[in-house]
Amino acid sequence: MKPAPFAYHAPTGLQEALKLLAALAPQDGRILAGGQTLVPTMAFRMARPAHLIDINGIRELDGVSVAGDRLRIGACTRHAYFESDKIPGRLGDLLRKVVRFIAHYPIRQRGTFCGSVANSDPSSEWCCVTAALDGIVVAESERGARRIAAKDFYKAVMTTELRDDEMITAVELPLLVDDTRTGFCEFSRRAGDFGIAMALVTYRLEGSRITDAHVGLGGAEATPRRIAEAEAALSRKEPKSEIFAAAGAAAAAAIDPIDDNNNPTEYRRALVQTLVERALAGAA
Amino acid sequence: MDKIDIVLEINGAVHEATVEPRRTLADVIRDDCGLTGTHIGCEHGVCGACTVLVDGAPVRSCLMFAVQAEHKKIRTVEGLQQGAALHPLQEAFIEHHALQCGFCTPGFLMLAVGLLEQKPHPGDDELLDVLSSNLCRCTGYENILTAVKAAAARMSVGK
Repeated sequence: MKPAPFAYHAPTGLQEALKLLAALAPQDGRILAGGQTLVPTMAFRMARPAHLIDINGIRELDGVSVAGDRLRIGACTRHAYFESDKIPGRLGDLLRKVVRFIAHYPIRQRGTFCGSVANSDPSSEWCCVTAALDGIVVAESERGARRIAAKDFYKAVMTTELRDDEMITAVELPLLVDDTRTGFCEFSRRAGDFGIAMALVTYRLEGSRITDAHVGLGGAEATPRRIAEAEAALSRKEPKSEIFAAAGAAAAAAIDPIDDNNNPTEYRRALVQTLVERALAGAA
Repeated sequence: MDKIDIVLEINGAVHEATVEPRRTLADVIRDDCGLTGTHIGCEHGVCGACTVLVDGAPVRSCLMFAVQAEHKKIRTVEGLQQGAALHPLQEAFIEHHALQCGFCTPGFLMLAVGLLEQKPHPGDDELLDVLSSNLCRCTGYENILTAVKAAAARMSVGK
């Protein structure tokens, strides 16, 4: 259980990192951020990168800022940051709800938001958040920067739009207006384990009727996404348990669930129905 | 692969080592610095036996490379005792039978120290969430919870 040999690079500036990545990506070079997925994968020798480019010393990649109507999350921002009350408003409230489901406390001290998005595990909470809220992934290389909408970013299980010489330098999430209701519900069999499925919902009320509904799923399918059918079931309706059940049923019918030994397709479908319903019922 | 000269600060003492980049912090703490109080269990970040504090935060030392820990303040279980006096958490673990075989204990102690230094009064739910980070195969966790609560009370009185 020891990683294979690699050469270690620790750039202190972004341009230096991008230059290293351009040169080393063709030689199996990888970015190392929090390392909470990459390092265990290396211990199992499922990953054997020849070069690691450690971005933890790049100060400009650290930190979270508000830019206009968006929250900009720098590449080295740890999960634990989102447990604090530093992020204002309804988005902060939502991220505080979600972060408690991510692995365990020590993992949250090291692992990063953007690393999780880059890794793109189907059961990543941050991937679900980014998809559900229509976030933007900022990818940079020596060739320049690209802003990639979440719906175009996730391609397949642990496969993204990111090219070999690109790294995520930030993820941007839209701030939520003050009357937004948010809910999140996830099921896993053990505390801190990978979620078998999760649902994230946000909506607002216009009079007594639902408007601007977002229903995002993670863990259920190969990639996280918004479920238009469930959102349509909520639109212009009053927030009542029958409507929430209808949205859950619409989500369950719309998905192409992951099938694994412990969780067959029909189980995940039923789980999604329940999680969407509960996320909506718990939204505040 | 080329070895790199590094300097680690562990429990306030300076340790020099020459290591391959692939060596984990856990291995270097034990094998190169001779501090074998930090235990290695699963080597992939699941069990928490190797938990140490890096700049005050409890982290899995098997999921960090030693070369990444330069210029950081590392604390291990050996640094808890001050002279003849055990740390309040160590005393509480003894009083409340929070260990049997003791293999997981250094990791639990560093996890709990890291938490209580950042948050002296964690709620019950939060404590349960944090202590679920590490695995213990003997005690069933109940006594560990009791011990950490007792230590939290004692540490806040001492301040």
